[in-house]
Amino acid sequence: MIASLLAAAGDFTPPVADYHALAPEIVLAVGICLVLLVDLFVEERQRWITSTLAGFVLLGAFIPVVTLAVIGGDVRYGLGGDVLDGRYVIDEYALILKALFLIAGYVVVLMSSDEIESGRYHQGEYYVLLLTSVLGMVMMASSRDLISIFVALEFLSIPAYMLAAWNKRNSKGNEAGMKYYLLGVFASAIMLYGMSLLYGVTGTTLLSEIGPAITANGQFSGIEALAVVFIVVGFAFKVSAVPFHQWAPDVYEGAPTPVTAFLSVASKAAGFVALTTLVFLAFPLASDVYQPFIWVLSAASMTVGNLLALRQTNIVRMLAYSSISQGGFILMPLTVAGEAGVGESALKAVVVYLVVYAATNLGAFAVVIAVSKKTRSGEISSFGGLFSYAPALGVLMTVFLASLAGIPPLGGWFAKFGAFKAVLDAGTNWGYSIAIIAAINTVIAAAYYITVMREIWMKPVPDGDVTPIRTPSSIQAALVITCGATIVLGVLPDLVGRFGDLSDLTGALGG
Amino acid sequence: MLINNFLLLGAVLFCIGVYGVIARKNAVMVLMSIELILNSVNINLLAFSMLHGNVDGNTFALYIIAVAAAEVGVGLAMVLLIYRNRKSISLDELSEMKG
Repeated sequence: MIASLLAAAGDFTPPVADYHALAPEIVLAVGICLVLLVDLFVEERQRWITSTLAGFVLLGAFIPVVTLAVIGGDVRYGLGGDVLDGRYVIDEYALILKALFLIAGYVVVLMSSDEIESGRYHQGEYYVLLLTSVLGMVMMASSRDLISIFVALEFLSIPAYMLAAWNKRNSKGNEAGMKYYLLGVFASAIMLYGMSLLYGVTGTTLLSEIGPAITANGQFSGIEALAVVFIVVGFAFKVSAVPFHQWAPDVYEGAPTPVTAFLSVASKAAGFVALTTLVFLAFPLASDVYQPFIWVLSAASMTVGNLLALRQTNIVRMLAYSSISQGGFILMPLTVAGEAGVGESALKAVVVYLVVYAATNLGAFAVVIAVSKKTRSGEISSFGGLFSYAPALGVLMTVFLASLAGIPPLGGWFAKFGAFKAVLDAGTNWGYSIAIIAAINTVIAAAYYITVMREIWMKPVPDGDVTPIRTPSSIQAALVITCGATIVLGVLPDLVGRFGDLSDLTGALGG
Repeated sequence: MLINNFLLLGAVLFCIGVYGVIARKNAVMVLMSIELILNSVNINLLAFSMLHGNVDGNTFALYIIAVAAAEVGVGLAMVLLIYRNRKSISLDELSEMKG
């Protein structure tokens, strides 16, 4: 049967590959092999070379992203606007997210180098897995086909499962890895079942062809609704939206802290990227199905995430629940993405929120790593009196928490503003009701962010030890990047906003 | 029609797999249940591929087979890790962290 199908498919003509457009992926792939090889030949005490090399690979992959963004427009694709038959597209939307993943990966490398060098870990493998996961995310930003979305998702997830279980001897580490693995694989299996149904009803795996075909008979059938729901559920696990969030706090607590930062920012952003691409390209006619469903996920994530964050005493678990709640805010614009005229601002809101959230949350984790080097504790009370002996870290943590809470003029404020604007623009009851829920949750969230600030500024030092914290230079660099991004994005939000262009995302595919 | 039989088989395998993931307490049994779901997806894809007369579904199924092999490799390694540390692969005992 395959032979007859292959015969029917006609002669194979290789797609025209634009190597400049694919350069970020190629640099990363070569870099991964290089890090693996170099790790074999360097001696134990020179292991810092691996982390430096991993950082340079990510920066090297960032260069073509910048040049592609600068030349812009049609020059970049040759003809037709795509690299592989519209299945793999490099547009502005893909480029800003590639930049996000590469910079987030670089910051995580900076945060890791000190922690991983402490000797308990296998360094070479750590950086290889980290880079592989980043490569999967970079591919996810460009994927416009069910198959490439699936492959990119597994590409970024499988190394992440291993990174989560990195504390091999620690039973919490084992538990974190196993939980993340089982739920992740289960979710992707559910998502695949949805994808197989979607392929069945539309007869294609290309998103831009699925979009118009999803209601081919003018009517929306049950099987199509099932396909959409299963796919959204699969990604809801990935972005830890309530009620598919149970793994997140345990995994974040059990994994090494730099890995937690990576999972809560980059891996989560990759899930949102895939969900956004699907919503705008494959499901535009299915808005009656996905909008109420995402509405429920978004409202539940914000509320449950916040209420559980309120009673946490461990800072990493608190940030885990806070990231669940932030995930609800990122989902919020998607609840109205199908309304006429709102798509543009909804897409922009999601992209801006992802970038701002990445900068802010990575920064908060960098401070947690720096502080826990001295206090050896993950409790919120260990931040007591931080300002009196480490004023810089205290101020930075305050900046990051204020941005997460959405206090102007920091980045988080503008991100929340964009999300609210998108749902209010829709002018529907669904939009107004989610905006009210989000407004209430913004206030609840401020409560637990301010609890930490109170510890930093007003409480006494718990054990009276006021020796200053020696922050390694790599973590200082991470803090400078994230803090700079948080403040600059709040003051000049258009830097990112202009990249989330809807006509660019859909136009390149339709054409 | 022939395709209904394939889809029915796929749906039944999917349900058995989901039941297994939820009900089983042994990590290896859960892994096998996940494999059942992935195979139900493969059956679906091949049946739809035959229905539509294009190779997209076949290609997708090949990718799933390859990726599933990698996934199970990681999963079994993790099960082994837990067995070494705890001498047990029951998922019920993996509940140290709460709240």
